Amino acid sequence: MLEHNRGAELAETTPFIKVRDVHFSRGSKLIFDGVDMDFQRGKVTAIMGPSGTGKTTLLKLIGGQLKPSSGSIEVDGQNVHQLKRKQLYQLRKKMGMLFQSGALLTDISVFDNVAFPLREHTTLPESMIRHLVLMKLNAVGLRGARYLMPAELSGGMARRVALARAIALDPMMIMYDEPFTGQDPISMGVLVRLIRLLNNALGLSSIVVSHDVKETCAIADYVYLVSAGKVMEHGSPEQLANSDSEWSQQFMQGMADGPVHFHYAAEDYAKDLLGIES
Amino acid sequence: MLSYLQRLGAVSISMFERLGRGSLFFVNIVFSVPSVIVRPRLLIAQMHSVGVLSFSLIVISGLFVGMVLALQGFYTLSDFGAEGMLGVMVSASLIRELGPVVTALLFAGRAGSALTAEIGLMKATEQISGMEMMAVDPVKRIMAPRFLAGLISMPLLATIFSAVGIVGGYFIGVGLLGIDEGGFWAQMQAKIDFSEDVMNGLIKSVVFGWVVTWIAIFEGYDAIPTSEGVGRATTRTVVHSAFAILLLDFILTALMFGDI
Repeated sequence: MLEHNRGAELAETTPFIKVRDVHFSRGSKLIFDGVDMDFQRGKVTAIMGPSGTGKTTLLKLIGGQLKPSSGSIEVDGQNVHQLKRKQLYQLRKKMGMLFQSGALLTDISVFDNVAFPLREHTTLPESMIRHLVLMKLNAVGLRGARYLMPAELSGGMARRVALARAIALDPMMIMYDEPFTGQDPISMGVLVRLIRLLNNALGLSSIVVSHDVKETCAIADYVYLVSAGKVMEHGSPEQLANSDSEWSQQFMQGMADGPVHFHYAAEDYAKDLLGIES
Repeated sequence: MLSYLQRLGAVSISMFERLGRGSLFFVNIVFSVPSVIVRPRLLIAQMHSVGVLSFSLIVISGLFVGMVLALQGFYTLSDFGAEGMLGVMVSASLIRELGPVVTALLFAGRAGSALTAEIGLMKATEQISGMEMMAVDPVKRIMAPRFLAGLISMPLLATIFSAVGIVGGYFIGVGLLGIDEGGFWAQMQAKIDFSEDVMNGLIKSVVFGWVVTWIAIFEGYDAIPTSEGVGRATTRTVVHSAFAILLLDFILTALMFGDI
């Protein structure tokens, strides 16, 4: 009994995903300069930061689509970048990912999109696949849209279908890449609710990459603020809201000027107007 | 001068690097082909898209090329009193040369550009990334069926092109210009050799099918995932395919018919 409790405690405290001293560059541009992060099992962890700071890149690093120049990323105890291709694909079956665009296959219907991973990875009979697909679509409220083609869906609906597809294989975790970008208030509300609901109902571990502070903080258990290749601050949404850090305050409150300047680095304004070269 | 040499070096390195990536990509496709054979539905769908949808273009083009060949050939041959050889001239030109080459050029324009655009847009809309994250290998699921479909469709289309072209030549030669029908077919039967002409033409079309489909699929997979990038990749497919077809045609013709 004691052993069992200790195991449960360990599972609770051992991070599901461990990112350690990750460095990554694109050409000469440094994207990550020694990033450390922990993502706990069963929690919604948000990664926030200004555009172009490499948030999506981090998801691709976790999913093994990109390789860091140094450092390690462990998912469920497996070092993602030391896995062989077959092992990586096995691990990916336990990962769901919601892309910013939805990434639905445009030549097949909503139903077939959700059925796609089931047909590819299982030998279930078609009647069973139908049941599973309808259950997943019902969970995102789009059972009635199963005959539509992706081109007939609104942006919000496309993301919900993609979400149904992401949970088709009952993964351990889901990574959401900018799920709220470009959504109307109703779609945004639906997505916010779905992410939290699915995380709790399916016992998932979720990573939400976003720069929508209000929506993300509403559902996140823990938040990492990333900028200039580093983790600037991390903590619960409440801790970050009350942080003394100027940078955190600027980001969390959406202030136009602060440690991140409003003006891009330039010559002195007066000299520039007079055409005087320094 | 130094900067010119530097630029030349950079362009050469980038060209060879791309060729290397393309070759590795091709090897990857070849190893993925068995997975297509066990899922023929994927292949059939692609053969429809690549082959069947090119059918009307090939038939119409073949008919007109055959008709033009007969018209041009008739006036040249009649100067030497050799009009009876029109059937041989039309069929030999089509089977040995024009069938494979013109079909490949049309195939690159119709199916090759469509393949590049389709795969490039799949990349731009993250469908390929999405597939990778669903643990589905896009080379097995997307590229290999398309490659095999191109490889199979191209010789079939070239054969149809040549056959329809010969019929076009028959309409003009026998129907319009009054050449003896029996002579038209008999001369063709006597002079066209199966292994020398038909098989060599078929080999050419298989080689062209391989090169066009490889270029088209690689360009799509390697495209910069923006609308401009996909547009450029599609143009590159048509241009590179045309160069590759004409260069390979010269090499194959020299090897097959040039006594080299």
